Amino acid sequence: MPGLVREAAKRALDDAGMTWADIDAVVIGKAPDMFEGVMMPELFLADALGATGKPMMRVHTAGSVGGSTAIAASHLVASGAHRRVLVVCFEKQSESNATWALSIRLPFTGGNVTGAGGYFAPVIRAYMRRANAPDHIGIKVAVKDRLNALKNPYAHLNLPDISEEQVRESPMLWDPIRYLETCPSSDGACAIVLADEDTANAAPNPPAWIHGTAWRSEPTMGAGRDVVNPHAGRDCAKDLYSQAGITDPRRDIDCAEVYVPFSWYEPMWMENLGFTDEGAGWKMVDDGSTSLDGDLPVNPSGGVLSSNPIGASGLIRFAESALQVRGMAGEHQVDGARRALGHAYGGGAQFFAMWIVGSEQP
Amino acid sequence: MSAPRTYDRPVAIVSWASFETPSEPARNEVEMLLPVLQDALGRVGMTQRDIGFTVSGSSDYLQGFPFAFVGALDAVGPWPPIRESHVEMDGAFALYEAVEVLQHGDVDTALVYAFARPSRGELDRTLSIQLDPYAVAPLWPDARGLAGLQAQAMRDSGRFGDVPDVPPTTVADGAAALVLAVGDRATALTKTPVWIRGMDHRIEPASLGVRDLTTSPSVETAAGNVGVKDVDAAWLHVLYPHQELLLRSALGLNGARVDAKAGPMMVGGLERFAAAAAGISSGGAKRAVVHATSGPCLQQNLVALLEGVA
Repeated sequence: MPGLVREAAKRALDDAGMTWADIDAVVIGKAPDMFEGVMMPELFLADALGATGKPMMRVHTAGSVGGSTAIAASHLVASGAHRRVLVVCFEKQSESNATWALSIRLPFTGGNVTGAGGYFAPVIRAYMRRANAPDHIGIKVAVKDRLNALKNPYAHLNLPDISEEQVRESPMLWDPIRYLETCPSSDGACAIVLADEDTANAAPNPPAWIHGTAWRSEPTMGAGRDVVNPHAGRDCAKDLYSQAGITDPRRDIDCAEVYVPFSWYEPMWMENLGFTDEGAGWKMVDDGSTSLDGDLPVNPSGGVLSSNPIGASGLIRFAESALQVRGMAGEHQVDGARRALGHAYGGGAQFFAMWIVGSEQP
Repeated sequence: MSAPRTYDRPVAIVSWASFETPSEPARNEVEMLLPVLQDALGRVGMTQRDIGFTVSGSSDYLQGFPFAFVGALDAVGPWPPIRESHVEMDGAFALYEAVEVLQHGDVDTALVYAFARPSRGELDRTLSIQLDPYAVAPLWPDARGLAGLQAQAMRDSGRFGDVPDVPPTTVADGAAALVLAVGDRATALTKTPVWIRGMDHRIEPASLGVRDLTTSPSVETAAGNVGVKDVDAAWLHVLYPHQELLLRSALGLNGARVDAKAGPMMVGGLERFAAAAAGISSGGAKRAVVHATSGPCLQQNLVALLEGVA
């Protein structure tokens, strides 16, 4: 674990032209401590992250934690508390069995140890029925993201032979989610440096400017709750777009890194995020709009479907959106990306964290 | 050292509530938290809808299964959806986050809470899981044992006079909640707002071998940054009695009245803010320091300066 987080942090510092001494505070995020079997691991990781003598905070908001950690850290700069904050998120899933850790017993339910897939499969079914979505949409997303991942050297999965046929033939895990339509269990870390205006303007590489941040939570269960198209996600996007001055997200946003751990969540989030009308998200997949050469490339990095160190997955979305507007995304760069969305969700889709970054200072 | 930072938007504690019991036998976290939250909000005539930002502190390892904060959020009733976050830390650190978020300008009120039921496990052993998982945790040194090393080091230094023995680790269940408000909003909500004049926290290395356990550089730095001086009272988060001696020295508390307490793990630090707010708003103190700690042998420390109405 110390090596994992330190390697990511060191690369972020190098990118920012900084050393450990330049950092004023460290904010670390990860999903449940039981994934690694260490209670509050930030305590023992403080040294590896050069945090001795500095403020260190630890965020945990389920799968959305990567996004929440970046937002919490952004407040420390915006408030004037610090000028340069190191943000690090990680997960080392190989230390445990995530499906067990994600099979929590909610009140009045049986514990059937089906993990996150078991929780989300009925939600996806509901979406398919509601939107009249054809069966192949999830398969198309699964192939697209794995092809994108081939252009990203940091992607966990490298599946050069991926095809719709291969996805269709892969074992059905939680109907309708097939093996190749789900995310892998990954070890990984992600780090970014957030800085104030003067520091950013003096940085050796172009910065990504934060145009807005938003987070929302709603109850796990409740009579008014729409788990397919959550109220919290819609509110979060609305708040975010208003901060960033976005009136037509489909037109104003050049690419999006969206938290899609199961392929069907791409069309579902397209609707929740207001990129298209309710019930039409699957058409964006079907007509190629979300492909790397489409009008709104979604997950050019390969997404959560190609790498899922859970606690870091949200921050990877945020960092990848920043790489795009910095023009530093390498082979998976979206041409001319000037404004990008980073999105994370967690729990039973009741926690959301998002930001908009741009190449221009707002 | 630069001058202590002053907040652009002054933040005050306008309400608080806490609950503590040696062992909560029947109620789960949500049931334990609910009356505390209602009490804190009710005292200033607020509901969750009046809160701009909600943030909590808790630990999954004290609940015994993942996502402790997820269930606890039901006690808040987050509907319609709310702006919310969570730290896997003592609630005092959630309070720190809330104060920074309130500087932003888009929200004027915050609700901060913490909860824990450590009585259901063996806290001394559970805390061993906080240690370096490769080199230290496999030996299962318990929390009381590590505190004993610190007490003995203090004894050996000869700088602290009589250093008390280390009693069993405090095991308590409980919850605490505070309502924060900014500027005029605070004065409209209560005649006796307790202003947070400064807050800072610092961490030290986990390895006990590289630390001088008889000093607390993290407390000294945080206290210096906050500008702790001329305080008439101190509310300290003390897990074992010897730590009070160390903190008195690191904070330079000369004549100040000291209230030291452990409280429930993850709640104890936030409870110190509730206790300080009660002491200050009743006129029992004017300017006080509040301290919260986390990790073995005071590894991570938070220091705040609170003031009553001038």
